[in-house]
Amino acid sequence: MNFDLSEEQQMLNDSLRRFVTNEYGFEKRGEIISSGTGIDRATWSNFAEMGLLGFTFPEDYDGLGGNAIDTMVVMENFGRGLVVEPYLATVVLAGGLIRDAGNDAQKADILPGITSGERLLALAHYEPGARYNLSHVQTTARKDGDHFQISGQKTAVLHGGQANQLIVSARTSGGVNDESGLSLFLVDSSAKGVKVDDFATHDGHRTAEISFSNVTVGADNLIGIIDEAFPAIEKAVDLGIAALCAEAVGAMEAMNAATLEYIKTRKQFGVPIGKFQVLQHRMADMFIQTEQTKTMAILAASEADSNDRASRREAISMAKTLVGQGARYVGQQGVQLHGGMGVTDEMFAAHLFKRLTLINLLFGDADHHLAQVSDGLLAKTA
Amino acid sequence: MDLNYTPEQEAFRTEVRQFLEDNLPDDIRERVQKRLRPDKAMTERWQKILFDKGWGASTWPKEYGGTGWDPIQQIIFEEERALAGAPRQLDFGLRMVAPVIMTFGNDEQKQRFLPGILSGEDWWCQGYSEPGAGSDLASLRTSAKREGDHYIVNGQKTWTTLGQHADWIFCLVRTSNEGKPQQGISFLLIDMNTPGIEVRPIIMLDGEHEINEVYFDNVKVPAENLIGEENQGWTYAKFLLGHERTGLANVGQWKAMMKRLKEVARQEQDGQRPLIENTRFRDRLAQLDAELRALELTVLRVLTDKRGPGPQASILKIRGTEIGQQLFEMLMEAGGQDAIAHIPEALELDYNGPRAGSMEATPSAGDYFNMRKLSIFGGSNEIQRNIISQLVLGL
Repeated sequence: MNFDLSEEQQMLNDSLRRFVTNEYGFEKRGEIISSGTGIDRATWSNFAEMGLLGFTFPEDYDGLGGNAIDTMVVMENFGRGLVVEPYLATVVLAGGLIRDAGNDAQKADILPGITSGERLLALAHYEPGARYNLSHVQTTARKDGDHFQISGQKTAVLHGGQANQLIVSARTSGGVNDESGLSLFLVDSSAKGVKVDDFATHDGHRTAEISFSNVTVGADNLIGIIDEAFPAIEKAVDLGIAALCAEAVGAMEAMNAATLEYIKTRKQFGVPIGKFQVLQHRMADMFIQTEQTKTMAILAASEADSNDRASRREAISMAKTLVGQGARYVGQQGVQLHGGMGVTDEMFAAHLFKRLTLINLLFGDADHHLAQVSDGLLAKTA
Repeated sequence: MDLNYTPEQEAFRTEVRQFLEDNLPDDIRERVQKRLRPDKAMTERWQKILFDKGWGASTWPKEYGGTGWDPIQQIIFEEERALAGAPRQLDFGLRMVAPVIMTFGNDEQKQRFLPGILSGEDWWCQGYSEPGAGSDLASLRTSAKREGDHYIVNGQKTWTTLGQHADWIFCLVRTSNEGKPQQGISFLLIDMNTPGIEVRPIIMLDGEHEINEVYFDNVKVPAENLIGEENQGWTYAKFLLGHERTGLANVGQWKAMMKRLKEVARQEQDGQRPLIENTRFRDRLAQLDAELRALELTVLRVLTDKRGPGPQASILKIRGTEIGQQLFEMLMEAGGQDAIAHIPEALELDYNGPRAGSMEATPSAGDYFNMRKLSIFGGSNEIQRNIISQLVLGL
């Protein structure tokens, strides 16, 4: 039992902290967000040089053999600086899926390209009406000789518009909500029949609505076992959740720092407003929520790589529940304590608030995951 | 970073579990698990059993007869202790005054007081709060005037938990009115059998006698009972409160209670179904379960931090007491209207009379009422937030 970062992780943490402070400032970030693609290729190359993009891939595929704790260190810093690059989409979700479910040829084909920064991938899984239900998939992949034909609609594809390739979930058998009968396919974004609508998100990231109309892919584009992709999807999403939990911690710590600074300097009634006990206790509660969230992000990262499904799912859902709630509290109160300034675009706190809000909405909000934990209690009864 | 217990720690857990299985008397286990009225003889008997094993003080270093366990071992011991249904040892001697004596007392005081605490022979209580000095502890007025080789103590202490059983009281007394209120306080150990001390019960809202007022009328205390230096008591008092707060997270106890609450939710009927199938109740249980998991890991994170707990211990006090109170509240609510009957005589081991509802429901409302104290004592949770904002946030 120990909560210390390894020496390498500590070094990674230090260099990322420097990077976020010195090279990914508020103004720079603003320029990236308002650029055409919403991402910065130079930053991405920088990440590649730092070794960030292949951190969690096996060494055989140009990776560093890291784990979800390493991802936690990265994401916490990204949260602190509100980094909008497609790390979650490409490295954590798509990269994680290829690493865990892909065959040797696919790993050899894809992972080095992610590591070098040349390739961007995205996971196209959620569908309209599915809300947070992972097994709800209506997109179909029909076998046609030695090809598959994919048709359907995907929503909330994070950085889908920036990706060269998409990992698409589709139903190869079974009913709409069945866990069995799902398969994963690698699809080029430029393939015939793929239509991508790219949107900015409120927090400066990108999302896409993507439709597939009789898109033809070869049988070797199938990732993992046909009809049996659900566990891989679930695990990739769990990795994504653990990463988001860590990102939330970084953003919450940044929010607390910004708010603390503000209430120590802003004067009303002749004193800094931080002298008022009502604000002091609010700040204390924000601090408590953040510490609790940090603990749960560590738990999530520790369990995210586990193949013990019940234990992993319980930990991930407990974590996302408390992280969602904590992110909401710290986000709202951070804005509140900034007063009028908190609702202006010029304040970093406002941007932290938007990211924290959207983190709760991604991959299941607090209510969704609380229901997962709750139903888990019921299952244990039986 | 590794959240798993090491094989050595797992082996230690097995050893503790086995010891408890072999040595915890059935009547004590029954009394604790049914949440019956605490009993002095029971507490002393259990302390003696632990003492004989060499486990009398899980938080003490070996040189004073403690176990020398590290924080993780202490946590494992507390978890297993609670799970087995063994009573919680008394904090006042073991976790509160003893660390002060070890750190600030002289050799003579260590030799004189520590063995009695360890064996359970001496029962201690705490003389901090006064009617006019609660959260504002430093405004205390109980005075100690030096006369030759004695102090003469006059004043009143209150909220003295289990003072009716105590052989000794550790007191904060005023030895000077010069300077800031904090500067004139001394830390004095007083024999409860000294003439001039009177203990009067305060009955709590659950009808139980747990706390007291203690009056001092020209009580003669040998000067050798002063800890450390005169007028330096505030430093020792704060040191003690830091130790108290870490223990107040009480995770082992709450984990055992959570396990029990889940069992109760399966046993209690909600119409034609077990209560656990009631979604609203179960969702709240799940929320609490997640918060308890967070508390458990936060305690481990803080206690294994090489920089030591410091003022962050206030987080543990706040969250630990909030979660404990919610556990008692849900345990009461699990019984529904079975919880409304007040049957004080049913809190004794030999009770065979009628009850309203299940055995589980009998003590549940009383416990809930009683446990409102958690967020008030040991420095109220509002005072803890003051500590966080001043010492952690620098406000």
